[in-house]
Order: sequence, then C-alpha cells, then structure tokens
Amino acid sequence: MATDNKTADTDQLQEFRDNRDLKLQDKKNENLTTLNLGPTHPATHGIFQNILQMDGEVIMDAVPTIGYIHRAFEKIAERRPFYQITPLTDRMNYCSSPINNMGYHMTVEKLLGIEIPKRAQYIRVIMMELARISDHLICNSILGVDSGAFTGFLYVMQEREHIYDIYEEVCGARLTTNMGRIGGMERDLSPKALHLIGEFLKRFPKVWAEFEKMLTRNRIFIDRTVGVGAITAERALSYGFTGPNLRATGVDYDVRVMNPYSSYGDFEFEIPVGAKGDTYDRYLVRNEEVWQSLKIIEQAYKNLPEGSYHADAPHYYLPPKQEVYTSMEALIYHFKIVMGEIDAPKGEVYHSVEGGNGELGFYLVSDGGRTPYRLHFRRPCFIYYQAYTEMIVGGQLADAILTLSSLNVIAGELDA
Amino acid sequence: MELTNENVLGKLIAQFGEENIFDAYDPDGIMTLTTTRENIIALIQYLYDDKDLQVQFLTTMAGIHFPDHKGRELCMMYQLHSLRHNYRLRIKVFVPAEDPVLPTLTNIYAAANWMEREAYDFYGFIFTGHPNLIRILNIEEMEYHPMLKQYPLEDQTREDKIDTYFGR
Repeated sequence: MATDNKTADTDQLQEFRDNRDLKLQDKKNENLTTLNLGPTHPATHGIFQNILQMDGEVIMDAVPTIGYIHRAFEKIAERRPFYQITPLTDRMNYCSSPINNMGYHMTVEKLLGIEIPKRAQYIRVIMMELARISDHLICNSILGVDSGAFTGFLYVMQEREHIYDIYEEVCGARLTTNMGRIGGMERDLSPKALHLIGEFLKRFPKVWAEFEKMLTRNRIFIDRTVGVGAITAERALSYGFTGPNLRATGVDYDVRVMNPYSSYGDFEFEIPVGAKGDTYDRYLVRNEEVWQSLKIIEQAYKNLPEGSYHADAPHYYLPPKQEVYTSMEALIYHFKIVMGEIDAPKGEVYHSVEGGNGELGFYLVSDGGRTPYRLHFRRPCFIYYQAYTEMIVGGQLADAILTLSSLNVIAGELDA
Repeated sequence: MELTNENVLGKLIAQFGEENIFDAYDPDGIMTLTTTRENIIALIQYLYDDKDLQVQFLTTMAGIHFPDHKGRELCMMYQLHSLRHNYRLRIKVFVPAEDPVLPTLTNIYAAANWMEREAYDFYGFIFTGHPNLIRILNIEEMEYHPMLKQYPLEDQTREDKIDTYFGR
C-alpha cells in the first residue's frame, strides 16, 4: 500500500519539476505570487528567510537568505585563548552542544598531542550519544508537530528534560553546556550522574518505542512524508550532505565508523541507511540512530573503565581548586591557563566528529600563539541547506515545511 | 590500490609536474599540498575522475589570510575526501591580496556554491564563473571583508559603546 503511494508521489514530483522548467521560461506571462516564508515564521524553527514564487500552492522558485543570527564566531575565535572558544561552539548546534564542545576539545588535543585516558573517552562517548538522542528526538518530534501530531512532541520532550538533568549533574549547565575541558572532563561522573544515566537507560526505550508506534505506521504521517523532499544519493553527495540526511539516501558514511575518535571503535553498533532520501526515510534513519545510540551508551556505561577522567597535561588542564590554594606550582599553572598565557605549538589540524546533523569539522591553524591563527568550522547545516531550494521546488508549501524540519536545520549552526 | 600520501602525491606529480604540485607536507595525517590557480580546477577534476582515487566529496573550503607573505597573502584551502577509500587530502592555493581571483568549483561540486560565497563574503575572493557571487552571512551593504587580519574584532568607529558601561 505504502509503496504504491510512494511511486505515485515521486512521479508527481517529477512531473511538477518538468512543468516548472517550462513555466519558469515564460515567467513574465505568469501570475506568480511572491510569498515570504520567514525570517520569523513559527513553522521554520529558526530565523531564516525563503522568498518563494508560488503558482497557487505549488512552489516555482525559492531564494533562501541566511545570516540573521550570524555572530562571527570564526573572527571571535582568532582573538580568544583556546579554552574560551568552547562556549562559542555551544551556540552552533544548540540541540546537541556536548558534541560540539567535545569535537572542539579533541581538535585542540590533536594539535597539542595529548593522549586522553580511556575513562574520559568513554564518558565523552556517553555524553555525545545522549546529545545525539536529544538532537534526533527534537527533530523527529517536531516533524510530528509540523504534520499535525503534537502529542508525541510533548511526550518525548520530558525525556529531553531527563537528558538535560544528566548534563546538569555532569557539568552544571543544561542547554549551552560548555562541557569538559581540553584534556578530558572537568570532573568525574558523580554517583548521582551514574544513577541518572542508569535510570534513563531503563526508562527511555519504552518511551521511544511508544513514540515510534505513534508515527512510523501512522497513515496520515506516511501520506505527508513519503516522497516529500526527496534527493538522490548523487545530488546529496554533490551538495556535501553528511549525517542522517545523507544516510537516508543510502550512503553509509558515518564519521564514527570511517574515522573513529574517542574509542568509538570499541563499541558495537550499526549504521542505519534509507533508500529514497525523502522525509520519511530521514525520519526512519533518525529513529533507528536513537536505538543505536542507546546501544552505545549501554556498552560504555557497563564497561566504563577505571582510571583518571582527564589527561596528565598540566600546561593545558586546570589543576583542582584545592591545589591552587595550597601548591605554588598549581597556582602558577592556574594563573597562566586562565590568563591565556600558554602558547600552543605551531600546526594545522582537521578533526571531525559525527554531529547531530552530520560531519562537524574543525580546521585549526596555529601559528604558535595563545589564540588560533584561523579556526574554521565545517558546519553540516550550512553546507546541506543549499540543497533546500532544489528539494522544495515543484512541491507544495506544506511539504516545504516538513522538508525543512526533517533536514533539521539549526539556525545557530547555519550562521555560526 | 591502497592510497597512501606517498603514492597519491607521486601520481599527482606524474600527472601535473613538480612545478604545479609543490610544498607537500603532512601536518596531521592529511596530506597538504599547494598548487597554482591555473591548475586547481584541473587537479580537482582529475582527482574526481580518476578510477583509483575517486576523490568525490568536498568536505570544506576555508580562506586564510597571511598579511606578511608578500605576493601570496590569501590562501584558499580545499579539503577533499574519497569516501570510497576513506582518504582525505587538502589542497591550498595562494593568491595575492590585490588580485584574489580563483576559478569556481561549482561545476564539479554543488556544495561549493555557498562555500565560495562565504569565502567572498569574509575574505574577498572572486570566483570567476560563479552563478551568484553575493554576500551570504553579512549584510549586503558591508564595504569590507571582515575576516581579513587588518580588521580588529570590534568596530573601532562605534560610538554607542562607552567604556564606563563596560568597566574599561
């Protein structure tokens, strides 16, 4: 049943696209309506504008404008000591800040050549996978909201709250976490944090299974999403897609497997892939990734190694406060690190992590000073959002909204 | 063929000559080499088409400004990835600040469109053949390219920021 529907929709989409090309040629003779979708529109979940040319309900052309919350992070980063850049990374993809934080920390560690103890790596994996769950959970539940199902959103939002409780216990913050330090974590997992993670692992699978049950085989949801905003693997690769959006087209590229970092090689997990690259496939891929993330967290939680939660790198890792008050050496290091008086070695590194939306890369050039000479963020949203025009033209306005939410474009990451 | 930095570099030098592929080094496991703007498109096209390499994914592009390098102040970094062989490499092109012109990559990678607009916006690179080379993140009326090193972090001409408000 669903399959027939899928082909019909795809054919229709192709027909629209063919017609569009003809119609755009004699655009002047046509009475197209101009519609401003955004910059602030409740359905776009972020500040970006699309100026649409509409023929009735059908989108003929779209011109995206971005940059409304551009905060010049790359420029600011050139004037800040290394440890002060972490809070900037929080504000890129704010649905999964720990991934950004740790990606940045790992980049600097690569530059400094610091070896991180296993325990710290496992704690990082747990936090990063929790962040991935909260990211996908928002994306998929918002997709439900945009297609008319509010209940699931509110239901899983409570679970995000529990994830934020874990963040709070681990680092003190909830949304813009600034979690960890260059060299490891700022503190060990407390017994309460371990308890919260254990509770989460017990409770969450039931909730997620129920959420899946609500949408995955839902007739209305399938009708709204199958064949909507589809993109082929070739186009997706050309557009630089990464992450769940690329995997939905059938390409199994995942940084965690291709270039394992932070001991991802130790864990058993699968990379779900889709087939058609449409909104429904993106939803399914994210859904399955949540299960895989749970699997990773369970393994890391069970096999959490003993040892230190940070590297032995006194030049870069802040000493414990107690020692700062009692030991001269610690006081000196503390002062030098906080005042940003410690120079990094010369070098050039690229490090990427699998962020919520795809390959989140950091390209860092250091000239041996106290700040980066150049820090470039490879922001997956920025790169794949350019395909949005191609994906919505020929479709209907209501489908464009769903496509946007299923791409999970986060304005903070888009504009940096 | 197992791709290593040595055999890829050898292959590229055999194809393009030592005068066009130079300054190759390996800062972080990713081979970094420099080429000229005349050869950059041919090189990336060659990497894309070659059966053994299949470097068919543009990871990112980033501009860098070196005001002290006379005659080669602006650097454009292309980072490419062969998903088939999981092999990454980085290509740099240096151009003088008064003539920051590069050919566009949009004919090979659709993703280059906004990356080039970003490089234009922040560094003033001009990409010949680009379909829509306008600013992307900054306002259209901006008269300078803010990531160049001569511009300080804060706008020094602002009058609405009074030091006493900020405890300076």
